Amino acid sequence: MSPVVQGMLTIIIGVGGCVGYFYFSNMILDKVIFPAKGPQAGRNINRANQVRPWLFLFPAMFALGLYLAYPVVGSFWRSLFDRSGANFIGLGNYFDLFNEGAFRTAVFNNLLWVLFVPAAATFFGLLIAQLTDRLSWGNIAKSLIFMPMAISFVGASLIWRFVYSANPDIGIINAIRDSMGMVALDPLQVRFWNNFFLMFILVWIQTGFAMVILSAALRGIPEETIEAAIIDGANPFQVFFKIKVPQIMGTIIVVWTTITILTLKVFDIVYTMTGGNFGTHILPSYMMTYMFRDDGRATAVAFVIMILVLPVMISNIRQARKEMR
Amino acid sequence: MDNIAGQNASNKFAANITVFILVVLWLLPTIGLFVSSFRDRDQISNSGWWQAPMAVDLNFRTRIATDGAREENGVFILEGNVFADPALRANFPDSAGTVSAFGTRAVAPGEFPAGEVTELRGDGTLVVNADGSYRIETAEPLDRGPTLYFEARTPPKFTLDNYRTVLFADGMDRAFINTLTVTIPATIIPILIAAFAAYALAWMDFPGRGLLIAAVVGLLVVPLQLALVPLLKLHTEIGIGQSFLGIWLAHTGFGLPLAVYLLRNYMVGLPRDIIESAKVDGATDFQIFVRIILPLSFPALASFAIFQFLWTWNDLLVAKVFLPSGAESQVMTVKIADDLLGSRGGDWGILATAAFVSIAVPLIVFFTMQRYLVRGLLAGSVK
Repeated sequence: MSPVVQGMLTIIIGVGGCVGYFYFSNMILDKVIFPAKGPQAGRNINRANQVRPWLFLFPAMFALGLYLAYPVVGSFWRSLFDRSGANFIGLGNYFDLFNEGAFRTAVFNNLLWVLFVPAAATFFGLLIAQLTDRLSWGNIAKSLIFMPMAISFVGASLIWRFVYSANPDIGIINAIRDSMGMVALDPLQVRFWNNFFLMFILVWIQTGFAMVILSAALRGIPEETIEAAIIDGANPFQVFFKIKVPQIMGTIIVVWTTITILTLKVFDIVYTMTGGNFGTHILPSYMMTYMFRDDGRATAVAFVIMILVLPVMISNIRQARKEMR
Repeated sequence: MDNIAGQNASNKFAANITVFILVVLWLLPTIGLFVSSFRDRDQISNSGWWQAPMAVDLNFRTRIATDGAREENGVFILEGNVFADPALRANFPDSAGTVSAFGTRAVAPGEFPAGEVTELRGDGTLVVNADGSYRIETAEPLDRGPTLYFEARTPPKFTLDNYRTVLFADGMDRAFINTLTVTIPATIIPILIAAFAAYALAWMDFPGRGLLIAAVVGLLVVPLQLALVPLLKLHTEIGIGQSFLGIWLAHTGFGLPLAVYLLRNYMVGLPRDIIESAKVDGATDFQIFVRIILPLSFPALASFAIFQFLWTWNDLLVAKVFLPSGAESQVMTVKIADDLLGSRGGDWGILATAAFVSIAVPLIVFFTMQRYLVRGLLAGSVK
């Protein structure tokens, strides 16, 4: 059966199944289990209303539990076993990893990514949001800078090969070097700095996201505060840094953490640009070198990523609970 | 606000210039890819895409036939024009061009500038002029015509050949269909599941609701990497293995936290009066959901649909792990990253075209539905 037909069938079965599940489970609840008639009608309606939320929630909770909650435990458990999965070795995989130079490089690089990418993307996003605020063509400019959001990391990597290529007839950087009489070099093989060249691809993609959200936040600032500052004689820089930025600090933090989380997951850029060579591995790409070969190691690396994400997760949950009260 | 202090003309000018430079910087790489995808293979390897509208110096070779030789005062003379070679008709349709340099060795095709008289191997002289005419003088008649190499200006050439190769010959058509096959069910199914859950979390009262919302927020940031090994094992054990069904389920699971979170945030903001008056009129929760909540939540549903579509279309990791690696089930990202970059690593025209084909659909979706995308981003982040 061709995948297209299979896909169509899945859509029909999936969508039909979902609709059918919700419709019939409701009907059974109301008509069969707790019918809203007879001597116990009132009690039955209340009971049905107590059960109904769980009917609505069940498919989502099941999928979330199976595909996201269980793997946290399952991965950790798997990481305690060796390659074959038969022998329990405790934290052996973790100790082995920390003794490996490549792993330490990956952790170090990942810290660089987590520091640089959110900072740069938020900075550019804020800058562009502020500058385009009163421009007549601001919306077009924003739309164009937002565009890389739609491009896959693989596509973006190919796009940036036309910037970074060592061939001066392909890569812009080397074309500029060539025109200034310098020898061509492969930017992706320059140790240490090549990490930043890769990071910039992600900055290029994420700046649009930061810009859109920060631009909305800037528009939400009450005009009176800005007018008052201007009347008091504040210059544009003071207005921006002392009046506007403090008022949108909450949004800046949200943008920053969102990009941080994303940065910890992106493996595509390193995978397609350098394959982790020349000292550019980060944890997600490093994990893929073990995927399909040594599940114990792979899950151990994944769990290290989870530990890095944990502080953000906790603070997000705290924030969400605060807002609900 | 335009005429207040601190907003003077020079600031405005600076802002215009800065934004313009940033926009150009942001667009430049993509334009490079786009231009390159239409360029001829030889032209790509001989000049940068920024020189695409200009003529390029390309190397050609031609074998000179000996039958036109004549003898003058004991010297054998062979004359002709390099552009007359029928083999070069594709590049020089009117048999004319400008030679900038020539040579007799393949390793140095542009050794001598046009018009310079040079020694021919053996004995004799050779000259190729700028208009392509050549003259060979030798003491003995040549039994084999020499091969001439020359560098000529060729006009810019744009072609759809790359697209033809990528779309019809390189298996990219198959990958395109596979990507669609992965994307559409993986976008539609989570929306339905999430919408019901979001309604329950937004408008139904039950114990543990706050805890569940917190759990969804927590799961939003769980790294995908954790799920790969345990779920692939689970899929293999229950017989799904690496298959389309597996990747649909995986994408559904991974997309759900964002879907539930976005939709709940939106539904909570719907006016309470409508829902309560519907309840007073005797509508059940199911009716309220289908008749009132779903239509009103359309903007949020659309924005999640766009997110999930872009995410599944652009995904490489999940496809690499949950789909078999054979050509018949490769999606475009995997095809480009694993196949084309390896086998066609130096063929920039093909690479650019493949990349452009893979980003074309997301770009169309992006530019037509940007409004919903922005709204969704704001609902998810600014509270």
